[in-house]
Amino acid sequence: MCGIVGLYLKNPKLKPKLGKMFKPMLIEMTNRGPDSTGVAVYRNPVKKAQTKFSLAHDDANYDWKKIDVGLEKALKCDCTITKIDSHCILVTTGKEAAVIAWLKAHHPGVRVVGTGHTIEIFKETGLPAEVYDRFDLDEAQGTHIIGHTRMATESAVTTAGSHPFATGADLCLVHNGSLSNHNRLRENLRKEGMDFQTENDTEVAAAYMTWKLRGGATLKEALEDGLRDLDGFYTFLVGTADGFAVVRDPIACKHAVMAETDDWVAMATEYRAIAHLPGADTAKIWEPEPTIVYTWGGHA
Amino acid sequence: MNELDLHKVGVRGINSQLHSLPKNTNEKHWVIQNPKGQHSIAVGLDAPLQIDIRGHVGFYCGGMNSHAELTIHGHAGVGTAENMMSGVVWVKGNSSESAGATGNGGLLVIEGDASSRCGISMKGIDIVVGGSVGHMSAFMAQRGNLIVCGNAGDALGDSIYEARLYVKGKVASLGADCIEKEMRVEHLADLERLLKAAKRKEKPSDFRRYGSARKLYNFSVDHADAY
Amino acid sequence: MDKTPRTLPRKSATFDDYTLSEIRRAASTGIYDIRGAGAKRRLPHFDDLLFLGASISRYPLEGYREKCGTNVVLGTRFAKKPIELKIPITIAGMSFGSLSAQAKEALGRGATIAGTSTTTGDGGMTPEERGQSKTLVYQYLPSRYGMNPDDLRKADAIEIVIGQGAKPGGGGMLLGQKISDRVAAMRCLPKGIDQRSACRHPDWTGPDDLEIKIHELREITNWEKPIYVKIGGARPYYDVALAVKSGADVVVLDGMQGGTAATQEVFIEHVGQPTLACIRPAVRALQELGMHRKVQLIVSGGIRNGADVAKALALGVDAVSIGTAALVALGDNDPHYETEYNELGTTAGAYDDWHEGRDPAGITTQDPELAKRLDPVKAGRRLSNYLKVMTLEAQTIARANGKSHVHNLEPEDLCALTVEAAAMAQVPLAGTDWIPGRGGY
Repeated sequence: MCGIVGLYLKNPKLKPKLGKMFKPMLIEMTNRGPDSTGVAVYRNPVKKAQTKFSLAHDDANYDWKKIDVGLEKALKCDCTITKIDSHCILVTTGKEAAVIAWLKAHHPGVRVVGTGHTIEIFKETGLPAEVYDRFDLDEAQGTHIIGHTRMATESAVTTAGSHPFATGADLCLVHNGSLSNHNRLRENLRKEGMDFQTENDTEVAAAYMTWKLRGGATLKEALEDGLRDLDGFYTFLVGTADGFAVVRDPIACKHAVMAETDDWVAMATEYRAIAHLPGADTAKIWEPEPTIVYTWGGHA
Repeated sequence: MNELDLHKVGVRGINSQLHSLPKNTNEKHWVIQNPKGQHSIAVGLDAPLQIDIRGHVGFYCGGMNSHAELTIHGHAGVGTAENMMSGVVWVKGNSSESAGATGNGGLLVIEGDASSRCGISMKGIDIVVGGSVGHMSAFMAQRGNLIVCGNAGDALGDSIYEARLYVKGKVASLGADCIEKEMRVEHLADLERLLKAAKRKEKPSDFRRYGSARKLYNFSVDHADAY
Repeated sequence: MDKTPRTLPRKSATFDDYTLSEIRRAASTGIYDIRGAGAKRRLPHFDDLLFLGASISRYPLEGYREKCGTNVVLGTRFAKKPIELKIPITIAGMSFGSLSAQAKEALGRGATIAGTSTTTGDGGMTPEERGQSKTLVYQYLPSRYGMNPDDLRKADAIEIVIGQGAKPGGGGMLLGQKISDRVAAMRCLPKGIDQRSACRHPDWTGPDDLEIKIHELREITNWEKPIYVKIGGARPYYDVALAVKSGADVVVLDGMQGGTAATQEVFIEHVGQPTLACIRPAVRALQELGMHRKVQLIVSGGIRNGADVAKALALGVDAVSIGTAALVALGDNDPHYETEYNELGTTAGAYDDWHEGRDPAGITTQDPELAKRLDPVKAGRRLSNYLKVMTLEAQTIARANGKSHVHNLEPEDLCALTVEAAAMAQVPLAGTDWIPGRGGY
């Protein structure tokens, strides 16, 4: 159970203010999710030949240089690392699968939180205001941003159990609700080769999406198949390379609201998060209908 | 006319001020500025006050209202006027899920659309919606009138008891034990009265009536599929 | 004549007499069996635990002179007016509609004499109960039958019901026979129909939205009253943590032995955990959040005597609640009416078709002739006597374990007679150091 928020900028002039605009939205959802906070920000696109990784480690003093040096040597690739609190953004020409395999083999304590060309994911236990500051998100500039405040239901309050969950390159999923058949699904997805770090139901939904996308489905198809295969109550907000997607389950008990102006499109669990945005008072406001996949920002 | 700025005094400030007014107060008219989607604004009112809320409100605005007349100059969140006992709640914009939930009396007017579960478990409230209502509206509705000038979503009136539903537009589907019913003189009179109270231009003859088939009132194994 | 010896006729443990009768009944009617009361089958329970008592290392308190306190305060977290009870035993929520007005009045009288609270049920607050019960907890249920702000303001506490032990996830059922004029009016339902109650609240789902609902109820009542959240024995560790996170002052946890007015037999016996299994996980959730004794925990479901009270307290609860036991104290299932029970096809001690509204004791009925049989004043006295006995028993046990207040009882004062009880209560099997699950085995 949680709060989810998303902001997509239509007006490129607002890009430098992305983090500042988003902060009060996320903090407004604190009560819905006092356990942990997570943000996926889409910024600083890397070159076509490069991949960006969001990495995290429980040890605040972890020496990320090891990764930089080790990877360059092992995979004969270029790497740059930027440490931000307990996370690290790694940009590398190394192939994604090889990098992940190398990390798993040599540095199993490093968590791969996200991958892609623009996405950066930061998530930690703690209140939104604190987590936002720890990762300097106030200064973030970019095209769009997804956030989540977590109230854990049937799994532990850990960093690994926080949302967003990465579901593929530049893709991430946040969830408000509670699935009811995720345990069996997890077992089935394990057989299909998916890996899990937690007992969390949302991680299962994210893995399901990844599996569908790997099988050639479009995001829309994956979400629509999910409506059939995932049981329970959910509002999903999916971040994509150039926008986001929203879908609600057929029973639709978990509230969701969307708003749009000429400058931005926003989504939140409650309107009061959106109320902080400039122009919110006169924005077009509506609720997503159950079982319809809404997408913004280009092909999904 | 008194003004309250929610941004300054908070929801607690608003409610404690309004609750402190005696029933026969002369300070009847209050304007609330900067609601900014906050929850539980003007809940549990118990006096014939006139409240104008300038902006969008969050969940449960006007919850358990008695005697007061609230006007929301914007959109309303989940559970608007839930369990209202008497009085009026008027939403200029749209309302979210469960509008008028378990309402016992009074009038709820939504000029825009009303989302899913409008009038869920209603117990005597009258609801007039200028736009459309979403799925599962009037679920387990016991008593009262729900008038929809637009369309109704799936499963309208599922498990309905004795509430009366009137829809002008299309009904996507009817719920368990809900059927279309004959429109008689007394129904047209009710519609006329309520449409007038809601300042609607639609005519009673534009509407179709829906209500309980009463087949689920006493369990019969042949209707087990409905459960 | 054939003199070959035959084996004795043998009945099946799987297809026992009860099961055979139920299959026949189902085949005949086409509807599931509905009854009242809680789980009847044998379950690990407080009887499988024992107190250790006084010894050379631990000294008892003298009765009478050396006080053993029993008071409890509920709702200290947020409420302006927490509730103070003289004894750690409350009367659980039972509706007017499932019980007669006389029974509700009797409960109010008895609880007031004993210095504790009663709770309304699915149907609302009656003037009799508010009039007689000094401390009244008002239930806020999915159905919202009879819910109104005036009664909310008259209540001493508000109990948001998410579920109950007999049927975690079920709504309330009141079959046609019990919807009398008065009950029908209170619930805004036509008389004589089957009442189907919703299983979820109409305007919120989930602890994140419960938080907003709790806030609304506090705003309506100016933050005066403690807000309880009641849950059945489903996932107590997570449920209690979530109740705390959504802002509850008190959590009420009801195990499967907890009674109901009427629901499907299959629900009662096969959904929801035994009371004993729920307590340690619930207390652990509170302790991990630093909220033990700050958000109070009330447990119900099969509390019968002072030993049960003391054991529950020892495992970490702040108070217990009784429902079935209170009705028995009033006179439910009394052998005095055996002839009439036989006419109903049952016997004293087994009567549970309360939804049929023909209770000879006049307690679980709306029939005025039957209800008249219960004298509320006498019955109230019986209840207060019973509460007094339970309290004295709990004090006796507490003193024997060296405690000057019943809240100082702790798990280390207990041992278990069975492996199951040891595992559930997290106390050692008698005569050993073994707590199953601790230390890896």
